[in-house]
Amino acid sequence: MALGLGCSAKPGRAKENRTGSWRTFRPEFLHEKCTKCGLCSLVCPEGCIGEDAEGQPVPDYDYCKGCGLCAEECPSQAIEMKKEEK
Amino acid sequence: MISLRELRIHGRGGQGSVTAAELIAVAAFAGGVYAQAFPAFGVERRGAPVQAFVRFDNQKVRLRSQVYEPDYIIVQDSTLIRDVNVFQGLKKGGIVIVNTEKALTYPIPEGVKVITIDATSVALKHLGLPITNTTLMGAFAAASGEIALPALEGAIRQRFPGELADKNIAAAREAFEFVKGVS
Amino acid sequence: MMEFMEGSHAVAHSVKHCRPEVIAAYPITPQTHIVEALAEMVANCHLDAEYITVESEFSALSACLGASAAGSRVYSATTSQGLALMFEVCFNCAGMRMPVVMSIVNRALGAPLSIWNDQQDSISLRDSGWLQFYAEDNQEAADLHYLAYKVAEDRNVLLPAFVCFDGFILSHTYEPVDMLTQEQVDSYLPKYTPVQRLDSADPISFGLFASPEYYMEFRYQIDQAVKGAAKTIASAGREFGEMFGRDYGDLVESYRLEDADCAIVAMGSICGTVKDAIDEMRKDNKKVGLLRLRSFRPFPHKEVRAALSGVNCVAVLDKNVSLGTKGAVALEVRDALYGQQVPVLDYIIALGGRDVRKKDIRAVVDMAGQGKGDLFYGLRQELVS
Repeated sequence: MALGLGCSAKPGRAKENRTGSWRTFRPEFLHEKCTKCGLCSLVCPEGCIGEDAEGQPVPDYDYCKGCGLCAEECPSQAIEMKKEEK
Repeated sequence: MISLRELRIHGRGGQGSVTAAELIAVAAFAGGVYAQAFPAFGVERRGAPVQAFVRFDNQKVRLRSQVYEPDYIIVQDSTLIRDVNVFQGLKKGGIVIVNTEKALTYPIPEGVKVITIDATSVALKHLGLPITNTTLMGAFAAASGEIALPALEGAIRQRFPGELADKNIAAAREAFEFVKGVS
Repeated sequence: MMEFMEGSHAVAHSVKHCRPEVIAAYPITPQTHIVEALAEMVANCHLDAEYITVESEFSALSACLGASAAGSRVYSATTSQGLALMFEVCFNCAGMRMPVVMSIVNRALGAPLSIWNDQQDSISLRDSGWLQFYAEDNQEAADLHYLAYKVAEDRNVLLPAFVCFDGFILSHTYEPVDMLTQEQVDSYLPKYTPVQRLDSADPISFGLFASPEYYMEFRYQIDQAVKGAAKTIASAGREFGEMFGRDYGDLVESYRLEDADCAIVAMGSICGTVKDAIDEMRKDNKKVGLLRLRSFRPFPHKEVRAALSGVNCVAVLDKNVSLGTKGAVALEVRDALYGQQVPVLDYIIALGGRDVRKKDIRAVVDMAGQGKGDLFYGLRQELVS
């Protein structure tokens, strides 16, 4: 494989790396407690929390590393970190 | 074969020594001479002693040192003679042009031709300002023969706009005629 | 056409002829006249370029790097402390293979503060991957910008380039310069066509993270490109010579070296004074010659070896010092002459604007003849003892 001139490369390569497999704890979203404030999506370092048609948060477990920031910051305690079953 | 000739200009910051060197060189180049003009790079404070240099040759000038043994010296301000050894290194048979209204009371090196001219009065008369560089350029043209008056006028016109050029040319002409008369 | 002009203005006009699309610079003595002149040309619509005013030299070269990555021909100019502030960006320009051309109006580095000339600034960037050309006079200072763009943008090179010329001694000197016309320059220097560039329709990133498995290979490629630039300089320099009569195909210039016993090696404007001194010494039957380096990066090892193998002694004039060892030029010349049994003596000279006269050159040659060298020439002993 030739090196890219000036150490250049096409962007988007990080998508190929499915970091979800690194997870020990997995965030579970409790929709009944959720106020749809969107803070979880905002603080997620991976940017992998989207939302569904009702505005409920939807995580992308392919990339969620299970860091727990969303659960820590959720004002409604609507996210619980559960041990990953591998 | 005419070889390298060198001019050293002594002035004070703000008197236009560097411009004088530039315009003399422009005029010499217009007359078919290879010329090189440069300042002594220093603190360009208004009133501080400054120097500028011109070299004339019939071939390319490669030398880049400052001028230590000039053929010509222009002293723009006679009070400099007290502070600086303006005659230092002057060649035998060299020419010194001093701007002063009085006769020089300082010891003059032997074998040197000194021309004094009250360039400040000439400049004040034509420009209304005591900026003597163009006046002394006229004196230099007459005393040295290195540059022709029309070439000098061309250089002044190239540098200054319309009326300002006319005034400077008038000052240079008066100095040129004055020096032709006394030398 | 022969014109009588200040060195800075000659350079500004030759840069204009190169049609830079983006200029970013921060004024610093003695570079100021160049960027002032270019700013005026842009303001008066005589030059169709984006002139980016920035708040520091770091920003100036960063803006140039970005503009070059976007595919523009770019220009900057600096000196001394300004170049020092660009240090990081210099390495990035070379590493990302951006053909930025920058005038270095050589000046000493502080402390102590000095606005005067030596070559410590550009020499200190010798490991950065930029090509480095050194001009002897204002003609060359102007011409080398054409050559620099031609070489830097060549697809076999793609490296940034310094055009170095001595601050004040050249930049502030008025002398005749044969200025090319825009048409002549256009016929020599084609429009820049980048190999790859930033484009939102086809995104790419430059200068990415390289792990230990890759980093050395990138550095190797840059090194190969710098060395390989010699070939491009030769062809681009010859082409310039064929078109305009001034040949820059050689990385070095030899002056009266054929039968010389003692060879002086130097770079930049000091070489004019050296040539005059050599002519005088020749009249006294002293066989002295000069090898002038026009290119310091790539370093002309082969040419130095070929030119100096036959002489009895080599006196290198270094307007810089690699503190704790020697001048950078002498170190390289010794390397080039390794195993040749030719003594190479180093003379640190003209630092911080100290004037050099013909008699100084004669004194250096006398010292070299006595085997005395590797010293700071002309030290005021009363100040250092």
